[in-house]
Amino acid sequence: MIDYDSFINQSIKGVKPSGIRKFFDIAIEMDNVISLSIGEPDFKTPWHIREAGIRSLEKGKTWYSPNRGFMKLREEICHYYKRRFNVFYNPEDEVVVTVGGSEGIDLALRTIVERGDEVLIPQPAFVCYEPLTYMAGGKPVFIETKAENNFRLTKEELENSITDKTKVLVLPFPNNPTGAIMEREDLESIAEVIIRHNLFVVSDEIYGELTYGGKKHVSIADIEGMKERTIIVSGFSKAYAMTGWRLGYLLGPEPIMSQILKLHQYGIMSSPTTAQYAAIEALRNGDDDVAVMRKDYDLRRRLIVGKLNEIGLSCFEPLGAFYAFPCIKSTGLSSDEFSTRLVKEKRIAVVPGSAFGECGEGFIRISYAQSLKNIKTALKRIEEFVKEVKNENKG
Amino acid sequence: MDKLLELLSENSSFTTKELSLMLGEPEDYIAAQIKEYEQKGIIKGYQALVDWEKVPDAPVTAIIELKVTPKKETGFDEVAEHIMAFDEVSSMYLMAGSFDLSVFVKGKSMQDVASFVARKLSCIDGVIATATHFMLKAYKIGGVNLNDDSVDDERGMVL
Repeated sequence: MIDYDSFINQSIKGVKPSGIRKFFDIAIEMDNVISLSIGEPDFKTPWHIREAGIRSLEKGKTWYSPNRGFMKLREEICHYYKRRFNVFYNPEDEVVVTVGGSEGIDLALRTIVERGDEVLIPQPAFVCYEPLTYMAGGKPVFIETKAENNFRLTKEELENSITDKTKVLVLPFPNNPTGAIMEREDLESIAEVIIRHNLFVVSDEIYGELTYGGKKHVSIADIEGMKERTIIVSGFSKAYAMTGWRLGYLLGPEPIMSQILKLHQYGIMSSPTTAQYAAIEALRNGDDDVAVMRKDYDLRRRLIVGKLNEIGLSCFEPLGAFYAFPCIKSTGLSSDEFSTRLVKEKRIAVVPGSAFGECGEGFIRISYAQSLKNIKTALKRIEEFVKEVKNENKG
Repeated sequence: MDKLLELLSENSSFTTKELSLMLGEPEDYIAAQIKEYEQKGIIKGYQALVDWEKVPDAPVTAIIELKVTPKKETGFDEVAEHIMAFDEVSSMYLMAGSFDLSVFVKGKSMQDVASFVARKLSCIDGVIATATHFMLKAYKIGGVNLNDDSVDDERGMVL
């Protein structure tokens, strides 16, 4: 018998599986479950974008692309970031096209973080920052953002978490799972602290196109003095409903990007060619599609947030991404109990807030990347469930 | 297009509360707006979207293309009014192209529809020719994909 354990890197064994998975696995075993647990658009990639991919295949464009990604795509990405978020990068040497935003986060952290470096991660946050920091040899340090601050990162919270070992701040806004955004004043106020302590920022802006209520995403790289110390992570998955194409990108200063490129080059070589052709079309002619999807998400967002508050699950107004993050403390259940019982008793799958960090306890994440019809049914069942639980508590 | 009408035409079971949340307008404004649409005849009614294939003894539907000689003064309207008075006719449109009226007819059986066409429709003064097309299967009605009951389980939950 081989002792597999002795062959496995022990630091990998220490990585916990994602808490989102568990609920998906429960849900998939059952019939008639409406899933509000999925973090991907329910829309299909707009047809003209799919067609651009198909056309490239018909023309036989099936080779590797350059390591950094096709020049045409890099140019379009740079035009896009300038057009939408007012930050300009040089397509020659300040962009790397990655396999989704996820690869981008991994590359950025591994390029900057050294053993013992502290990486600040505001929580609740998407599940990958912690394990990727850990795998890069760094030490994740969590900053608890609070419902009363609309889950924004404040200057004080940041300042209090900094030690002489702090090197990087991960900035995940618009935020998954809370739907929180950071506005220009919020960013300006933390930028001062970041510069004073000479930190680097990995800004995950994958939901940058999905903001509501008249708010427009502001990139921290657009704040004075920040571009030179920021790596932007973004991609096509959320804005253009292109999750399966696996395409993202990193934007940052040349000296960092040339090091990032080496990791990408040796580990991945180049991102999928077909997806890159589709992405060029998305950036050139996809603004209207994004606007239509954004409008649709906004309708659902209003419905979900309004109803949740009415049901008695208080929910701050999320202004970005496609998640609502209501507080379930009034039911007396833990996030885990609430989510497990909800799927078992009412066939509605959500994700417990605790999957996104300890401070997510007492909350659940509800994705509104679902049809209005399903959202309507789901809200009705959640209402029944909350009533039943509250009655049990009385009795 | 009016967003309220768009939402109601997709799903008429939205409550005024739900509509008011989605559109960011007060509930009483929404209620008044709907009432106005009803009074003006913009909203004609509310129906359930039924997948008849799942119902035993479901009716048979046929689309009948009619060629019609238009009348002086009234054009196609006179014949149209005559035809739509039949209970068997569920919808009817005036068409541009190789025929004039498109008539949706529901019957208990194909026999039933056939005899309606032969005995009633084709005898109407002004009707020159008919072509009957029976519907075999509905894939999508009123914007709804009828075979979309199950969640696409090929979608992966990645994290």
